[in-house]
Amino acid sequence: METILKVIGVETYLYLSALLFSIGVFGILLRRNAIIMFMSIEIMLNAVNLMLVAFSTFHQDASGQVFVFFSMAVAAAEVAVGLAILVSIFRNHGSIDIDKLKNLKG
Amino acid sequence: METGLVLLLLLAPFVGFLTNIFLGKQLGKNASGYLGSLAVIVSFVVTTVFFLQVSETKQPITVHLFDWIALDKFSVNFDILLDQLSLLWLMFVTGIGSLIHIYSISYMHDDINMHKFFGYLNLFIFFMITLVVGSNLLIMFIGWEGVGLCSYLLIGFWYKNQDYNDAAKKAFIMNRIGDLGFLIGIFIIGYVFNTLDFMTIKQEIMAGHATANLAWLGIATMCLFIGACGKSAQIPLYTWLPDAMAGPTPVSALIHAATMVTAGIFMITRLNFLFDLTPDVQTVIATVGVATSLLAASIGLMQNDIKKVLAYSTVSQLGLMFLALGLGAYEVAVFHVITHAFFKACLFLGSGSVIHALHGEQDMRRMGGLKGVMKITFITFLIATLAISGIPPFAGFFSKDEILMVAFHKDKTLWVLAAIASIMTAFYMFRLLYLTFFKEFRGTEEQKHHLHESPALITFPLIVLGILSAVGGALSLPGNSWLNNYLQPIFAHKTHAEHHLDNTAYMLMGLAVVGALVGIAIAYSKYIKKGEVPAEDDQITGFANVVYQKYHVDESYMRIFVKPIYFIAKFSRDYIETGLSNVVFGFGNVAAELSLQGKKLQNGNIGFYLFAFVFGLCSVVFYLFFLR
Repeated sequence: METILKVIGVETYLYLSALLFSIGVFGILLRRNAIIMFMSIEIMLNAVNLMLVAFSTFHQDASGQVFVFFSMAVAAAEVAVGLAILVSIFRNHGSIDIDKLKNLKG
Repeated sequence: METGLVLLLLLAPFVGFLTNIFLGKQLGKNASGYLGSLAVIVSFVVTTVFFLQVSETKQPITVHLFDWIALDKFSVNFDILLDQLSLLWLMFVTGIGSLIHIYSISYMHDDINMHKFFGYLNLFIFFMITLVVGSNLLIMFIGWEGVGLCSYLLIGFWYKNQDYNDAAKKAFIMNRIGDLGFLIGIFIIGYVFNTLDFMTIKQEIMAGHATANLAWLGIATMCLFIGACGKSAQIPLYTWLPDAMAGPTPVSALIHAATMVTAGIFMITRLNFLFDLTPDVQTVIATVGVATSLLAASIGLMQNDIKKVLAYSTVSQLGLMFLALGLGAYEVAVFHVITHAFFKACLFLGSGSVIHALHGEQDMRRMGGLKGVMKITFITFLIATLAISGIPPFAGFFSKDEILMVAFHKDKTLWVLAAIASIMTAFYMFRLLYLTFFKEFRGTEEQKHHLHESPALITFPLIVLGILSAVGGALSLPGNSWLNNYLQPIFAHKTHAEHHLDNTAYMLMGLAVVGALVGIAIAYSKYIKKGEVPAEDDQITGFANVVYQKYHVDESYMRIFVKPIYFIAKFSRDYIETGLSNVVFGFGNVAAELSLQGKKLQNGNIGFYLFAFVFGLCSVVFYLFFLR
């Protein structure tokens, strides 16, 4: 492991993580399908997880990896809730295009 | 034992007030009246007990009720001080109060709010007792304000008449001006002496501790005198008293002749040691007193309302009392207060009896010839008139003569002016007497048919007061004065008890009697011999009209004080307040406009929200990592 990290370098992981995070952000901003946006959020979460793991290895400290486990568990719960909400929205509106969800308008 | 009696003295009228106010309607008219009278009679009996005790032992009684205000270096206790002065005052307050309560049972019997009337009267007696027996200025102030309140309530008792309400408000507001002076005086005294207790102040002054603060004390006594001016109707605050006659006649007799209006004299007498230190203020008091006396007497010459004449005569007599106070002859002022309480209460109650018989007629031009029908009223009225005119041996002669004598020895000008005022008094009082009781009746046929002597409840107080007006002078006979000896412990200086009866004194007495007789003779020739009746309102012209219209003092006050205040108030309302509220509303409008614009951000577009969210996050990151 250490050798691989030494060969590739920690900054490569950071670039990858930043790239993944940016993809997530653009997905959120540009797509209008709620499920796609949901997936984008997952990508962002995983980008952060990747960074945590990379730094954990770099610093020889396991607590970063412990965080990732927590984060994954929370993400799983979030997915469950989020998908349930989406299903419910679809049942009520017949669509999951977020441009059509304007009930929060003040 | 003493505490219990003091509480009984103080609280009997208060209980009477509560019962009459809350249960009076259920009790019925008679029960309400007798209960109110009983409450005051109880106080009178307790006062008599204390009075006899103190006259014997000559030791003032102090009763500590509770600690009221306790600070580090300044404390005020709720103490009761029963000394010679307060007991003397209590004697005639509760005594005449009882008589007037009894009188009112019959006088007010036709009024639907009789229970309320007795409630207010009881409350008045309660506050008057508080005023008199308090051992420090603050308790006196409670009573002082309380009697003002009761005066307001009772002047406006017939509240359906707007004129009466205005008179009540006028009395209250005029009194407030004086009260402010009184309050400032109290503050200064508290500042100088660190206490408000009469006894302590007196000791401090006797020990000579006050000489360093004479300038402050001068201001304090002047302020206190302004307070006394308001309560006791002196120039320039006297105009409320004649208007106060709007109240029922027993009220005029009790509050606006015998008791409340003498509160100012009581206060100055109580603080005589303080006023003795400030001779300049004493000069002011004497001058104001004699000026008031002259002015009011001259207005009294022309009035046609029977109660107005008596009201101006009250103001005039109060002026004479203030003259005596200003000359340092406190015991003489007290003497005149007492005799005045007797004969003026008698006069007012007598006029009430006349008004009662005539079913509310107060204009003397519609009276006349009542001598034959109302014998008891006439005889008591005659005695009281002789007393106020200063004819020996009736009470007023002795007290007025003493005032004139003191004035003669101190300042001849004051003496001349006071003598003129008392000649005028003799004239207008006999004018009143002749117009009311002599010649033939000038009212309507129907009134003539109903003329009757008043019932016993009305005549009994008249008889008692008539007797007192006749013999009241015995309290302080010249040369051998019981009153002066009795009051001696109150005063810082020696009273005039021992002044010898020399030729000057006899000459002055003779002059005073001759003066009074001249006044009476003029009235006799005018109204009996020539049988004149005062002209109707629109036929009075020239200077007589100016006097009849009370020198237009009310109108001048209206123009000088009230109108500018109205103007300032209107200006403040129309410009200053409008401007201020525009500023305040302006802030509100700006906030509302901003929030209306901000509301557009919340457009319900989730994409836009997300964009804003990301944009915000990016901005924060940008700021944190690149700008700092």
